[in-house]
Amino acid sequence: MDTKKIDNIISLSNDLRWQIGDEFHDNLAEGIYADAAEIVKDSVHKKDEKGAIRIDAKIDKIITSKVWGFPLMFLILALVLWMTIVGANYPSAMLSGLLLDTVHPALKGFAATMGMPWWLDGFLINGVYLAVAWVIAVMLPPMAIFFPLFTLLEDFGYLPRVAFNLDHLFKLSGAHGKQALTMSMGFGCNAAGIVATRIIDSPRERLIAIITNNFSLCNGRWPTQILIATIFVGALVPATYSGILSLAAVIGVAVLGMVFMFLVSWGLSKTVLKGEVSTFNLELPPYRPPRFWKTIYTSLIDRTLIVLWRAIVFAAPAGAVIWLISNIYFGDSSVAAWLIDSLDGFGFLLGLNGVILVAYIVAIPANEIVIPTILMLTVLVTGISGGAGAGVMFELDSVTATGDILRAGGWTLLTAVNLMLFSLLHNPCSTTIYTIYKETKSVKWTVVASILPVIIGFVVTFLVAQIWRLSA
Amino acid sequence: MEVKPKSACEACPQFNADGLKKLGVNTTDFDFVVALAGNPNTGKSTVFNAMTGLRQHTGNWPGKTVTRAEGAFEYNGDKFKLLDLPGTYSLLSTSEDEEVARNFILFGKPSVTVIVVDASRLERNLNLVLQILEITSKAVLCLNLMDEAERNNLEIDTRTLARDLGIPVVPTSARYNRGIPELIQTISELANGKIVCKPHRIKNIPQNIEQALEKLSTEIEQVYPDIPNSRWIALRLLEGDRNIIETLKTGEFV
Repeated sequence: MDTKKIDNIISLSNDLRWQIGDEFHDNLAEGIYADAAEIVKDSVHKKDEKGAIRIDAKIDKIITSKVWGFPLMFLILALVLWMTIVGANYPSAMLSGLLLDTVHPALKGFAATMGMPWWLDGFLINGVYLAVAWVIAVMLPPMAIFFPLFTLLEDFGYLPRVAFNLDHLFKLSGAHGKQALTMSMGFGCNAAGIVATRIIDSPRERLIAIITNNFSLCNGRWPTQILIATIFVGALVPATYSGILSLAAVIGVAVLGMVFMFLVSWGLSKTVLKGEVSTFNLELPPYRPPRFWKTIYTSLIDRTLIVLWRAIVFAAPAGAVIWLISNIYFGDSSVAAWLIDSLDGFGFLLGLNGVILVAYIVAIPANEIVIPTILMLTVLVTGISGGAGAGVMFELDSVTATGDILRAGGWTLLTAVNLMLFSLLHNPCSTTIYTIYKETKSVKWTVVASILPVIIGFVVTFLVAQIWRLSA
Repeated sequence: MEVKPKSACEACPQFNADGLKKLGVNTTDFDFVVALAGNPNTGKSTVFNAMTGLRQHTGNWPGKTVTRAEGAFEYNGDKFKLLDLPGTYSLLSTSEDEEVARNFILFGKPSVTVIVVDASRLERNLNLVLQILEITSKAVLCLNLMDEAERNNLEIDTRTLARDLGIPVVPTSARYNRGIPELIQTISELANGKIVCKPHRIKNIPQNIEQALEKLSTEIEQVYPDIPNSRWIALRLLEGDRNIIETLKTGEFV
């Protein structure tokens, strides 16, 4: 290659730049737009002034208004959650009836007739199969409702309006306004939210968006929130109001997550990720009536089944691990019992217990299996009857029965509240951690993004526990 | 403007429906590379899905597609590899999220570039169209979202538009699969050289800039005779783009 010629070109370009002056970029852009205007004048005709654009402007005036913007946002969030919670009950019960009450005994019977040794039968059917069955029964129905609803909103054009409404708050916290979009994607799945941060140009603001995406309550954590809120928070008031109160509690946790997202973004932008907030243009797209059935179909096939498959892939080995640690003995206590015992003291400080902490370690691959792991380990520790045996993951048919087991395990309202907080504030799942690494290409930031939320979780649950106990 | 119903069009002998096979992600052994370019949120991914039979995620917000998706279709025996590029407003910008698209349009040497525009926002979209026409002569304008333009009471004279731009213009409503057969037909004819474009060149570039560009691009072509668009590199140099200075030194353009 001719280096000298290239140097010549570069110095020529520097000279020419001086000659043509500063307004070069503007002049060029103006030139292009002048051409565009000429072309459009000849080929585009407007028949009359009325049209969909005006209706769009009217809708925008309401949903991005200072008065109605926020209440409408919460109302839509509440509506989506309510439809998810209420709608998921029935298919969930049906699936668990089928997978746990019919298929499971059949598999056990088949194993017995085959003369399968107890450990293989336990490992495969009680460990792997039950973990998978739980994930399908509990995860599939809410996802099959939540994802399509979310996609419908996305197709309608609501997400950029959310970004518009939240822009001011993100700007105040030193982050990019488009983080509202990645946050919304995170409500479905944090890994997807982190990939979506590519729409943020500035590396500084993109890192902030990546690190704080975990504060968007993801789909693997919604069921935990919903179940615990129903058992412990909903029970505080008469049955008529319990649904509304549990819904309010879940929304409260989701909103708290957003508060933490703002606070941590602010903290980062004031310390390690200092810098100016960049300005950007975000087109508010026209409202488009979603193609209802097509959207339902594609979001079921593409999102729901893919996320479910991922959950199953991670749940199967986790189920095996749970069964193993409960059935491998050191002296006279199982590995699980020993782990729970040694973490109980620390758990108490946080207003949690050893069982919950062990469950969160086992559930690093997938948040979805936290609750079944907790139930199984609680039964193991308390020795109460109701479960299918040591290391067997199970789901109880009724929410009441689940509550009874947890209360027998020493759970109080404090445990429930702190579990909900800890479910919001803990390390991202392994898929998300891997995605963070792929997107940042930096071990340092991956570690920060993984450790920071769990530290915040420890601090928050610790403070809540101390204040709670002092005031109780 | 009228959009022909799908059935009538596919029955037309002009369009050989039997000749079309949606190949999904199977992109091996292709004959032509087709790039889908356009402003954000003009429906590129929807056009992509309609042509390949894939279900790349779509959404009604600018920036939904962040990675380059690939798919393929076969038409009359030719295999086309189709690239769904992230949206971009301008080839002149330096923003990172638009880099994937920009680099491919500039240096990927696609056989055909399909420029997808929002029919209701044609004037704004033409900014990118005119820039792309500066650097390629095998392009087709996909005038998408025609259903919305009709609802907005816009009438678009596609023949005048095609004449002014010097490239074929195909009106589509990709969401309803309208106009997709015509688009495929046009792409095929462009790729096989049955249609030859005379793309519009920007007329309103100030004289002094034009001369500077001319000087620089001649120099660049002497060092890199194979480069597809020396004028654009000249432009970037005039703006003092550090990246382009580096690439010029290394010669690694893609």
